[in-house]
Amino acid sequence: MSVLEVRSLDVVYRRQGVAVHAVVGASLALERGRITGLVGESGCGKSSLARAVVGLVKPAAGEIVFAGTRLSPLRRGARPRHETRLQMVFQNPYSSLNPRRTIGSQIADGLRLVGGRKRGASRVRAGELLEQVGMSAAAAGRFPHQFSGGQRQRIAIARALAVDPEVIVLDEPLSSLDASAQAQIANLLVGLARELDLGLLLISHDLAIVRHIADDVSVMYLGRIVEEGRTREVWAAPQHPYTEALVAAIPTSDGSGTLPEALPGEVPDPASPPSGCRFHPRCSYVFARCPTADPPLYDLGADRAAACFLRDPLGVARQPKTTREGVT
Amino acid sequence: MSLLAVEQLRVQIRTENGEITIVDGVDYAVEEGQVFGVAGESGSGKTISVLALLQLLPRGASTSGRAIYNGRDLLRLSGRALRRIRGRELAMVFQDPLTSLHPMMTIGRQLSEHVRVHEGASKRAALARAAELLAEVRIPDPERALHAFPHQFSGGMRQRVAIAGALATRPKLLIADEPTTALDVTVQAGILRLLDRLRRENRLSVILITHDLGVMSSIADHVSVFYAGRIVESGPTRDLLSAPRHPYTRALLDALPHPEAEGRTQLLAIPGMPPSPRRRPSGCAFHPRCAYATDESRTDVPPLVPVSDGRLLACHVDPFAVAP
Repeated sequence: MSVLEVRSLDVVYRRQGVAVHAVVGASLALERGRITGLVGESGCGKSSLARAVVGLVKPAAGEIVFAGTRLSPLRRGARPRHETRLQMVFQNPYSSLNPRRTIGSQIADGLRLVGGRKRGASRVRAGELLEQVGMSAAAAGRFPHQFSGGQRQRIAIARALAVDPEVIVLDEPLSSLDASAQAQIANLLVGLARELDLGLLLISHDLAIVRHIADDVSVMYLGRIVEEGRTREVWAAPQHPYTEALVAAIPTSDGSGTLPEALPGEVPDPASPPSGCRFHPRCSYVFARCPTADPPLYDLGADRAAACFLRDPLGVARQPKTTREGVT
Repeated sequence: MSLLAVEQLRVQIRTENGEITIVDGVDYAVEEGQVFGVAGESGSGKTISVLALLQLLPRGASTSGRAIYNGRDLLRLSGRALRRIRGRELAMVFQDPLTSLHPMMTIGRQLSEHVRVHEGASKRAALARAAELLAEVRIPDPERALHAFPHQFSGGMRQRVAIAGALATRPKLLIADEPTTALDVTVQAGILRLLDRLRRENRLSVILITHDLGVMSSIADHVSVFYAGRIVESGPTRDLLSAPRHPYTRALLDALPHPEAEGRTQLLAIPGMPPSPRRRPSGCAFHPRCAYATDESRTDVPPLVPVSDGRLLACHVDPFAVAP
């Protein structure tokens, strides 16, 4: 059974009185011991989905089930104990760590949450956690500013590990890091997923890294999940034109001088999404049906799915019986 | 003759604990119509070395060496002569275009002011030229864009506007510092194609600073790899990226996820961290992280010497030398 399930999630913000649908009917399942990548351009709703998953924003519809229990949004004060096993790591470890407190005391917060450790035992455990993320136990006595970006991201991960999590949601954990630190943290994430049997949700706009370390991938466009599947298969043969465009835009570093393909246009304003398939104004395969109906996520077998009429098992010309407009 | 020839450029900054050397004797040349890539991790001195060319360094920094542009040494220019070149013949775009665009002025006013100061054109002619510039960088509906403010554009469009601003003075050399780092890959591809077109059609030379070797591979003609304030390897992009000779260049490439790597393998991370300029290792600065280092690497700074056609290398060991 999946450790985390997101079912038909909607996240809606109000902007000057107008409802902005940041996430529309998104579903996702996370397994322990695996890394699931969530990719898409900025503004596609991936961070909103992540924030809803950990309870930082209240979903407008749909549900999030974590370890068999429905998740409730965060309240001021106490968070239900079992939900502490769902952790989040943010993009900028400089703003997510308290600059005035030692690393050790920040990790100890988490240890106290899971309860019942004496001070001395906490200290030992904090040291162990730091070693687990590839740092020295002595780092516990120091402050965040004494570390590089990559080290701070390790510390943020150690702090998340302190509560013995089952799932960690990572929002762009690698994007502020240099190449060598990026590779180190990427390797660390793979190791943690395998050794601690953690389910990791990796949100990233760096498709090359996701391709390398994620087992499964979901591709988001303008609030919708448009394709999902095993990472390797999705990359080898994208079934949604948007995924195809994303893959073609990644520059290769082989020195061949090949210019990556640009995707024309921009992610539209989620406050007024295009009719029908949200991708149709930018799609090079667009045909009559696309502007009029919103394609459902077609199940393509082998854990693959794509929301494109080209993948309609009944043929591309078929008119849909019902549109998915307004489906939650 | 090269458009720009930099010789023995050195930048030092005075701090409470004495002088530290940020850029330590760098030589390179940029040709007309060439995209010259400067690669390296943060703290390697790549940005400082180009800010020095424009005399844009903070107080307390001292620069030595020469940077010959059009027969004149940029480092010795001052007053009007400097203003005539900087921001005109040599223009610059940064990672975050919001830092170079005025938030409360319309795009049209910012661009046309630039044109008027430079070309002495009338208000109307300057606005027309501003619209032309926006069209040149492929901003849809340039006439309307003239009346818009920077915040009304997406990151990619703002970077296009910033490039339009840089082009307003018809520069010969554009310095682009991580111009696509903050952008999505789909948008990045558009900016790279734009730079490539400007290079081909306008014979614009570009110094492209980026840590992203994929970006480098797409449009740079030549790449110099910086490490701890020095160039460790330099050469034509294709050769350098397909057959890196310096252990650091190779390590940077190995740390990247490769499409060819089937299945999940560990990325080859470089052990340790780039050194701080305050504590630069002796000899070859890369030696503490290098699997090939010898005693000589620990004591003597390797000189940057030609090793093959257009290729320069600073390594005592040269472990990836091609057999003759």
